[in-house]
Amino acid sequence: MADDVLRLEKVRKSYNIGRPTETEILHGIDLTLGRGEFAALIGPSGSGKSTLLNIMGLLDRPTSGRLFVEGQDTSALGDRLLTRLRGRSIGFVFQHHLLITAFTALENVMMPMLVERGFPDAKMKKRALDLLTGLGLGQWQHNLANALSGGQQQRVAVARALAMEPALVLADEPTGNLDTKSAEGVFEMMREVNRKSGTSFLIVTHSLEIARGCDRIIELVDGQLVQAGAAPAAA
Amino acid sequence: MNRWVPFEWIAALRFLREGRLQTLFIISGVSVGIAVIVFMSALLTGLQANLTKRVLSAQAHITLQPRDEIARPLRLGGKDVEMAIVQMPLQRVRSIDQWQGLVRVLQDDPAIVAVSPVAAGSALAVRGDATRAVSIVGIEPDSYFHIVRLPDNIVAGTVRLSSQDIVIGTELARYLGIGVGDRLTLTSGARTSGALTVTAIFDLGSRPVNERYVYIPLRTAQSLLDLIGGVTSIELTIADVYAAETVARRLQPMTGAAAYSWIATNAQFFSAVQAQSLSSAVIRLFVALSVALGIASVLVVSVIQRSKDIGILRAMGTSRGQTLRIFLIQGALIGLVGAVVGSLLGAGGLLFFHDHVRQADGSELIPLVFERSLFVAAALLATLTGVLAAMAPALRASRLDPVVAIRG
Repeated sequence: MADDVLRLEKVRKSYNIGRPTETEILHGIDLTLGRGEFAALIGPSGSGKSTLLNIMGLLDRPTSGRLFVEGQDTSALGDRLLTRLRGRSIGFVFQHHLLITAFTALENVMMPMLVERGFPDAKMKKRALDLLTGLGLGQWQHNLANALSGGQQQRVAVARALAMEPALVLADEPTGNLDTKSAEGVFEMMREVNRKSGTSFLIVTHSLEIARGCDRIIELVDGQLVQAGAAPAAA
Repeated sequence: MNRWVPFEWIAALRFLREGRLQTLFIISGVSVGIAVIVFMSALLTGLQANLTKRVLSAQAHITLQPRDEIARPLRLGGKDVEMAIVQMPLQRVRSIDQWQGLVRVLQDDPAIVAVSPVAAGSALAVRGDATRAVSIVGIEPDSYFHIVRLPDNIVAGTVRLSSQDIVIGTELARYLGIGVGDRLTLTSGARTSGALTVTAIFDLGSRPVNERYVYIPLRTAQSLLDLIGGVTSIELTIADVYAAETVARRLQPMTGAAAYSWIATNAQFFSAVQAQSLSSAVIRLFVALSVALGIASVLVVSVIQRSKDIGILRAMGTSRGQTLRIFLIQGALIGLVGAVVGSLLGAGGLLFFHDHVRQADGSELIPLVFERSLFVAAALLATLTGVLAAMAPALRASRLDPVVAIRG
């Protein structure tokens, strides 16, 4: 289905294959994420959330099963095409913001476009500045990444994830290291982007508060999906 | 960000700039290594050029002479020998056959720059009661001065060689007590010259040469040596002095004459120069190796330090090739900048050495030789070394699993 941003069919992931310590982390995951969805992925520590997120983000490959990104089967793609697809279709927001400290806020946001096109140009600078301004960070554009506060860095990371206008943003504990106020600010910002641009979001979180703010909660326990329904109304 | 600078260069430059202290230290290390290489190479080039110039100041690159006369045992026919004991024959002063034609052939040889016929032999220089054994060198000044630059080494008078003129060395002039304008007589075994006027006194930097050599016109020498129309040798200057032995070997069968190169004539000097070059090359090799290891170790640390950056770049779509290039460029830049700074340091060191380390009389000990090719070679070598040294860390970076890298 072309309107699905992401589709997983019987995805399994094992480590130490063929050794006595072989362990299966994901046990046949079937999951579909539609265009414009704003979903939370929750589960206890060790349930396989990060592994699943890495597979969905094309950073890792499943041991078996198939993964479709915007309708394209990724199982037959080589590293080069997979890297290109990842750069174009998927944005990442990591728990520890992971900006590149050698670059300014503006340059960090420009980075995915620069990687894709090879040379900097005025268009990508304007796009990056628009994103930063839209997220209230215009005045910090020339600050080096490590000269920004944690909340500001995470918002820059969100801007960067949106730079290529990806179909899907995968956010791994994006508010995990932030104080309550900053965490709310970042979450609201992502929500706003989702509403305005229709970009799909999948947010891995331990916070029920955050999960309840999403349209859908996907729960993973011991490598299996136990719930993939609509989120209950926030209390 | 400059719109003409590609992504890999931007990332490489920023990474180097961010780790500026680390970058500064490794560039300093590379610079010192390159400075040593440049300093040693230029010093050695100057030293060897100077020594070679001194050795060649009074001799040709190649000398063609008639082959030695050989006495052969008489044979009765078949394998029987009538007289088995054969004495070595005396080597007479002989002319090279058809030397004029040979000179024309040699002048057309592309490896040869100058050709000059010479009639040389022994004589006595007589001035009143004083006599001195000398080697007379009969020359055609126009061609011979391209072989031995006599006019550059004149300390008194002007080189002029009409039929009754002679040019002598400083030591002979001192011994005979004569100067420019004075006269002396040359006596060979067979003939005696008329009075010859000293027109110039030379100093070729070698006491034996200054003491024994006298230069007179070719015709005068031919007459004195009873060698009318003949020459005892043909002297050559070639384009590449270090190819003298090869050219001599080629000329020998071609001309039918015995060809002696300056390398064969000065075999001990030449082997000393070669040993010096070899030891210098070994030292330079080890310096270059230490430079390469320094660059590699710093970049290995950099890859470890930047593994999260590499992971995030990979997550954003940076290919393995782009990642590889980011680190190769860093290696090349470290090498290139180190080469530029090192070349300046090396050149400065040479200037200092040249100005402060002098001979006892204050003249230069070693001439200053700044060859552009040396600096270009140093830059290329250092850049290439940087790229090669960066290869292992760059490969490691490009193969990093983004998941592992991001997790740290």
